[in-house]
Amino acid sequence: MNFSALNIILIGIAGLLGIGFYGLLITRNLIKVVMMLQILIKAVVLALVFAGKVSGNLGLGQSTAATVIVADTIVAVVGLALAVQVHRRFGTLDVPKISTLKG
Amino acid sequence: MESIEYFLLLMGAIFCAYRATVSKRILSSTLYLACISALTSVVVFMLGATQVAVMELSVGAGLVTVLMVYALSVVGEDALDPTSVIPKPLAWGLVCAATILLGWMAYPAIQVTIITGDVDLASVLWQSRVLDVWIQIVLIFSGVMGVLGLLSERTPGKMGEMQK
Repeated sequence: MNFSALNIILIGIAGLLGIGFYGLLITRNLIKVVMMLQILIKAVVLALVFAGKVSGNLGLGQSTAATVIVADTIVAVVGLALAVQVHRRFGTLDVPKISTLKG
Repeated sequence: MESIEYFLLLMGAIFCAYRATVSKRILSSTLYLACISALTSVVVFMLGATQVAVMELSVGAGLVTVLMVYALSVVGEDALDPTSVIPKPLAWGLVCAATILLGWMAYPAIQVTIITGDVDLASVLWQSRVLDVWIQIVLIFSGVMGVLGLLSERTPGKMGEMQK
């Protein structure tokens, strides 16, 4: 792998992380919050594999990335189940409205 | 040639991420998210991590997308993203600052290439990182139990019937 490919991948990881953070800041829908977390996790998986490749220990990078993928999937599943329950209980997915409701 | 492929794939992923963020309809955002997963898995495959690429494609672009569509079908018409509370220029400023800081910290790390003996994934998982495997098993089990508990309909118990 040449030097420019390394730079391009690093810029791609930073771009995905930046857009994920931006989405987390501006979104108000609970399902979309889970989605933005997914974008962040994809950048992290890419970064872990990239770090493994650069350091010459791809097996270690792959194993940590696999653990992150499993944890991320559980977060998405539980987050979506919570969103469905919140919608059944409060009738909305808007985070500021949910945070002001009592009960 | 390799750099052009990485460039096209990652720019596609960033474009899909941006569209997923700004799109008002959440179903469109879900489809863009599946595209990000597919493009990321191709990049991971090109980096040589074939097993992780397969996991990312099947789980990220498959399972999570199906779950998202299911959740959207349950919540129905409420799935429109309202306008943000934080002003967008402020959010962009914070994100740009954070990204520049991250790049400034991460860039020197890739200049130093440490070559160590590469070990295959199976050896790493079952010998060096066996705790990770157990954590994954516990996570999957607890996730399934959590979802079963969360999605189950609440039925009135004996106390509820007595109160009625």
